Amino acid sequence: MVLMSPSGDVAAQQRDLILWSTFLMLLVIVPVIIMAVVFAIRYRAGNDATYKPDWDHSTVLELVIWGAPLLIIIALGAMTWVSTHKLDPYRPLERIDAGRPVPEGVEPLVIEVVSLDWKWLFFYPEQGIATVNELAAPVDRPIRFKITSERVMNSFFIPALAGQIYSMAGMETKLHAVINKPGVYDGFSANYSGAGFSEMRFKFHGLSDADFDAWVAKVKASPKTLTHDIYRELALPSQSHRVTYYASADDTLYHDILNRCLNEGDVCMDEMMAFTELGLPMCIAGDPQDRKARREDNELRELLDLTMADDSDRRSLNQ
Amino acid sequence: MSELDLTKLIFGRLSWESIPFHDPILIGTFIMVAIGGTAVLGFITYKKAWGYLWHEWFTSIDHKKIGIMYMVLGLVMLLRGFADAIMMRIQQAWAFGGSEGYLPPHHYDQIFTAHGVIMIFFVAMPLITGVMNYVVPLQIGARDVAFPFLNNFSFWMTTGGAVLVMASLFVGEFAKTGWLAYPPLSGIIKSPGVGVDYYIWALQIAGVGTLLSGVNLLVTIVKMRAPGMSLMRMPVFTWTALCTNVLIVAAFPVLTAVLAMLALDRYADFAFFTTDLGGNVMMYINLIWIWGHPEVYILILPAFGIFSEVVSTFSRKRLFGYASMVYATVVITVLSYLVWLHHFFTMGSGPTVNSFFGITTMIISIPTGAKVFNWLFTMYRGRIEFEVPMLWTMGFIITFVIGGMTGVLLAVPPADFVLHNSLFLVAHFHNVIIGGVLFGLFAGITYWYPKAFGYKLDPFWGKMSFWFWTIGFYFAFMPLYVLGLMGVTRRMNKFDDPSLQIWFVIAAFGAVLIAIGIASFLIQLYVSYRRRDELRDDSGDPWHGRTLEWSTSSPPPYYNFAFTPRVHDLDAWWQMKEHGYQRPTGGYLPIHMPKNTGAGVILAGISVVLGFALIWHMWLLAGVSFFALLAVTIGHTFNYDRDYHIPADEVAGIEAERTRMLANHV
Repeated sequence: MVLMSPSGDVAAQQRDLILWSTFLMLLVIVPVIIMAVVFAIRYRAGNDATYKPDWDHSTVLELVIWGAPLLIIIALGAMTWVSTHKLDPYRPLERIDAGRPVPEGVEPLVIEVVSLDWKWLFFYPEQGIATVNELAAPVDRPIRFKITSERVMNSFFIPALAGQIYSMAGMETKLHAVINKPGVYDGFSANYSGAGFSEMRFKFHGLSDADFDAWVAKVKASPKTLTHDIYRELALPSQSHRVTYYASADDTLYHDILNRCLNEGDVCMDEMMAFTELGLPMCIAGDPQDRKARREDNELRELLDLTMADDSDRRSLNQ
Repeated sequence: MSELDLTKLIFGRLSWESIPFHDPILIGTFIMVAIGGTAVLGFITYKKAWGYLWHEWFTSIDHKKIGIMYMVLGLVMLLRGFADAIMMRIQQAWAFGGSEGYLPPHHYDQIFTAHGVIMIFFVAMPLITGVMNYVVPLQIGARDVAFPFLNNFSFWMTTGGAVLVMASLFVGEFAKTGWLAYPPLSGIIKSPGVGVDYYIWALQIAGVGTLLSGVNLLVTIVKMRAPGMSLMRMPVFTWTALCTNVLIVAAFPVLTAVLAMLALDRYADFAFFTTDLGGNVMMYINLIWIWGHPEVYILILPAFGIFSEVVSTFSRKRLFGYASMVYATVVITVLSYLVWLHHFFTMGSGPTVNSFFGITTMIISIPTGAKVFNWLFTMYRGRIEFEVPMLWTMGFIITFVIGGMTGVLLAVPPADFVLHNSLFLVAHFHNVIIGGVLFGLFAGITYWYPKAFGYKLDPFWGKMSFWFWTIGFYFAFMPLYVLGLMGVTRRMNKFDDPSLQIWFVIAAFGAVLIAIGIASFLIQLYVSYRRRDELRDDSGDPWHGRTLEWSTSSPPPYYNFAFTPRVHDLDAWWQMKEHGYQRPTGGYLPIHMPKNTGAGVILAGISVVLGFALIWHMWLLAGVSFFALLAVTIGHTFNYDRDYHIPADEVAGIEAERTRMLANHV
């Protein structure tokens, strides 16, 4: 049972939480089942036990039957509050496992995830590579997943690593996790997304640093590169898509998928939101002048970046 | 206008290609349904029963007959929904090691969607509504519901929705989206076919029925209780029915609205839930669950009410903690609106939001826990008779607390991150819906059957049904808990890992046991009918009941009570018996009653045609049927011949017969 013996620290903490919650609840569930059986046997009609047909109230008992579940829920509620904040998938990791905090200066490995009909596309901005249906990460280095979808909702889930998070078009969800043991693990979509859903699976490789470097080198040796045009072809529905390596990927491709502006002349959602926020006239955003020019306009970009930064910080400020 | 356009205007998207001739499973099913249907229709014609059915049943505005028709609808649809279930179980036990099983994705995906839709909307809802319809007016000493015609109309609208779902089996296809049809998958780009349109219009039509029946029962309970029955003297079942109908009235308009928006997206290029043009799918997810979560309490609350009646009756004891039972019900009703987000913790809400909804969800387990203890302490120092309804109650208590526990576990957001959408979740909600709602309904059916038909159900086949259902449930769903912990997600139609297969095989075996349980129930109905003279109950009070429905004859006369009862205590009938109540045998007055009408059948029939026309884009037919609907509705308002008085003599005759039967009984 992979959920009970995971290989990543986040999943391990989730396992512990499941076990503790179950234990707390058994404190009331077990007595209930015992009482049900005992009362059924003892007070059956044939048995000559005490019979009090008009007894229907007892303040003490009422206090107990409301109080006992209440106490358990208070304990469980406190646990929920603390663990939900601690294990928030958006929160950067503070530890690699129970005994080891994340060392100073270690930056998480960023992986950008896109769910397509019906396969997974992974970008490695640090390495400049991209893969389809195969994921790898070095052991004991925190990973920061940024997740979106081409159109249909899916849920990105590697049970051995950490909990799942949905992928949704035009939105970015995040997940922080770390794998503690080398190995090959199952990953898949945990939200039904259409005909090819059952085959929307991939392998996640937990590798030593040396093996990870070798894996990156192997991907880089691929003759393929991922451009906007190739992506548009890749995004067409396909089932059981084979593992594909791309030695490089367009810099802005993930951004353009997320912000739904793959085609020349599309207005990116982040730009549109920034324009709205800044109170700039939408006609500038809609201006058919090519997006590249806008991106190269430093003054405008600074303005946009500023707004965008505010926007992404808002979520972390809430924590 | 060219010929092609004319065909399109009349038939829309419908053509011979829409009939699934290529699918042997569907053609086989169709042939069986056609033969069975012809046999039933032929039998009715042979017996010359059409007039009887039309005048006595289809057009009836008697809440008791409508209640029974709801039960028939629910049981028929249970067979369809269960057929879907067993097909899924076989597919999942089969499709291993490279095998595709026997259901390709396009068929399998329709089956799990249809299974969910049918079981919730066309099995659980009609059965719950049927029991409430039958029992509530009797429990509160009323002669019918507040709006008798509306009741008939509601039933036929619900049936109309069911007809459309059944039609999708043979004409076109059903949705391949999962039972809540999340966009963007259910949007026009990813689901261009008729499946989602069948889904939308079936639920819209049935939803009108559910909403109106909610209004009806709510008003009935608030306005039509017998004199002396204050709110805190209402039987617990009526209390739960009140809360359920409050939930229906508050929740179902949300479903109607969200489906209307989805329909606008699909039909008129709106962009509420699209991925482009500023649409936002999260709005759909939120709205559908703001309906969807109260919906599960709509189903479970009346089941809680049934268990309360059954436990108290068969323990021969007053219900322990009546007031706390009522408060628990009301607290659950309110809280059920504060938990919807727990269905999508994994969609990126912040930890504070997730904790809030997780904790509100857990808080619901406090009143629920109190209820379970109240049932246990009702048994404590009672004289428990293990008749079949009590067996279902015992099965419920033990099964339901396990489902409740896994439910609270799923309410812990970080635990939900690994369990969400897994087979653990599937096991959980079947655990509470089968172990709670369905067991409750079987308890209720067995309990009130003698009231409705004048004879008890055969206990042997009832026990068979109980044991096969219960043991079958554990075999079918405990393996799914295990599979969930093994990281297996739901709605898969094939698997790679061979170590999973054994668990699916056990689950399929469980489904077979449940099939025997269902068969036993049907045999029970047949055997009981054959043995009805031995099982007959002349007293009207076969279980030594406590509430007013047992004070009248079985089956009750169409006016329910010759004299409106007066209520002096909770457990009104028990108190009347304790105080040596003498049934009046004279002084009858004419009784004012509503008249039957065919308007409900006709309106619902036109609605089905309208829905079908909209699904297939038959714009001409859609326009015609829409105006027909308006015309009949307006026409019906000019029908002033709606009521009559039962003459006092007729009442006296019926009551004299009852006096004779009661004398026989002793």
